[in-house]
Amino acid sequence: MIHLRGITKRFGDYAALHGIDLDVAPGEFIALLGPSGSGKTTLLRIIAGLEFQDSGTVLLGGEDVSSTPVADRHVGFVFQHYALFRHMTVADNVAFGLSVRRGKGRLPKAARRARAEELLRLVQLEGLGSRYPGQLSGGQRQRVALARALAIEPRLLLLDEPFGALDAKVRKDLRRWLRDLHKAMGLTSIFVTHDQEEALELADRVVVMNQGRIEQIGAPDAVYMNPETPFVSHFVGETNRLPAAGGEIHFRPHEITLSADGAEALLVDNVFRKGAVWRAEGLLEGSGQFVELDLPSSGDAPQLGQTIRFNPHRARMFTADGDQTQGETR
Amino acid sequence: MLPGFGLSFGFTLAWLTLIVLIPLATIFLKAGGMGWAQVVEVGFSERALAAYQLSFGTAAMAGLVNAVFGLVVAWVLVRYSFPGKQVVSALVDLPFALPTAVAGIALTALYAPQGWIGQYLEPLGIKVAFTWVGITIALVFIGLPFVVRSVEPVLADLGREVEEAAATLGATRWQTFRHVIFPAIGPALLTGFALAFARGVGEYGSVIFISGNMPGRTEIAPLLIVTQLEQYAYAGATAIAVVMMLASFAVLLLINLVQAASRRRMGA
Repeated sequence: MIHLRGITKRFGDYAALHGIDLDVAPGEFIALLGPSGSGKTTLLRIIAGLEFQDSGTVLLGGEDVSSTPVADRHVGFVFQHYALFRHMTVADNVAFGLSVRRGKGRLPKAARRARAEELLRLVQLEGLGSRYPGQLSGGQRQRVALARALAIEPRLLLLDEPFGALDAKVRKDLRRWLRDLHKAMGLTSIFVTHDQEEALELADRVVVMNQGRIEQIGAPDAVYMNPETPFVSHFVGETNRLPAAGGEIHFRPHEITLSADGAEALLVDNVFRKGAVWRAEGLLEGSGQFVELDLPSSGDAPQLGQTIRFNPHRARMFTADGDQTQGETR
Repeated sequence: MLPGFGLSFGFTLAWLTLIVLIPLATIFLKAGGMGWAQVVEVGFSERALAAYQLSFGTAAMAGLVNAVFGLVVAWVLVRYSFPGKQVVSALVDLPFALPTAVAGIALTALYAPQGWIGQYLEPLGIKVAFTWVGITIALVFIGLPFVVRSVEPVLADLGREVEEAAATLGATRWQTFRHVIFPAIGPALLTGFALAFARGVGEYGSVIFISGNMPGRTEIAPLLIVTQLEQYAYAGATAIAVVMMLASFAVLLLINLVQAASRRRMGA
């Protein structure tokens, strides 16, 4: 469906992307995950044609669109801040892509209106077609933006931080709903997010980006369980780091076994409930390293000042230069 | 309703009365002193009618020209960054600060038949100085900042994202402008036009040099008022002023009503 080869992009002196290669299969739901400045939005905008790469090629459905302008790429794009047309009704917003169509693909007005109605029903905003965007809530506006993007029957749906401007509850509902919609419509979608939880929950595959490079591509489970670089280990999910000879050992807060003769000892200085587990934080005896542990909440809460002895039962070793990695299980 | 409405509205009313209404009311009083029959006779004389037509016509024309080119200038200032942008931005405001007579003298020097530009236009049969065209050019100069400064903040607020959204939906640049940008900045553009128009109607200093001041042909209404004053015909001057004021008020009120309607349509 999408093939990116050697995409580079500079903004003045700043290199935003260094040689990105990425393949996306039809029907996939892909997350571009990374901190701000990692180049994820730039990459999405290059796929859409809102930005042009300095070198490299973009293939969409086998067609080289490297220098095709955005209006001719037939790609749906959803913006973080909705970018709705404020002076148009919701229905006119949704039908915009149909009403600017020229040539023989142009639908008559009644058909455009019917299509807008149908899409509003799809995004559960039936009956709100005559409102103006200013009269809707944030979650409703983002669904209008989505309906508007879907109206042109795009071959690809691109979403730039689609839930970024919404509050937590709305975000969660909309997330699940988008996942269902993606499946039901058989769309190929790519969304950008800095929220690892969002990426892991929604995506078929997660592309972790950092400083203009792809750090790892994989299924959410694989990226979480087997991070290939220290950056991924630390950016996706929570990670404890222990210094070791020639590098660092990384393990998740839950990847531990409590044991009276454990090799490590945590001096607890903070405890709180984190969903189904107790989260205990503090410094390790000896190394003085800050560590977070998850303990079963069936037991009593750990006490402040208590020492917890444990062994990591699953961990990863990263050598000092950060490039080479090796998985290790103790 | 926000608290403090009574106080702030009272203050607004008192201030407007002091600054605007009382001076304007004296004009009516003065005009009333000469009897309405005479007001109509002077205010609607053939010479006065020609002057109104010229003043309102050239002001509207200049307002339209400014609406188009002021929009382009505002566009460039908002959408692009380039070296010397602040200098360009300051240049836009210069017509506000310059004594208008200076502008009038400079434009006349340029467009007179022997002037730098006029000498090339003359053989083509285009007369600028001492015609309505010259008057319009002077008013375009005076009115430019109004349009640029009205449109600029709205254009900046509109942001690039809606243009990009239109493009992803397949709209051409023209369709994007026609259906997305223009309706959004329309009210601001109308404000800019109204301000430039109002300023143009009342403009005196820059026009009298370039217009030639031929009664019935290139004599603007404000000049006619001054002429009356110089002949100590105060009542006649106020009669013309009353007619101008009523016409200006009618036009500005109409523009304000159109804007209120379009704001209501946008919701929120």
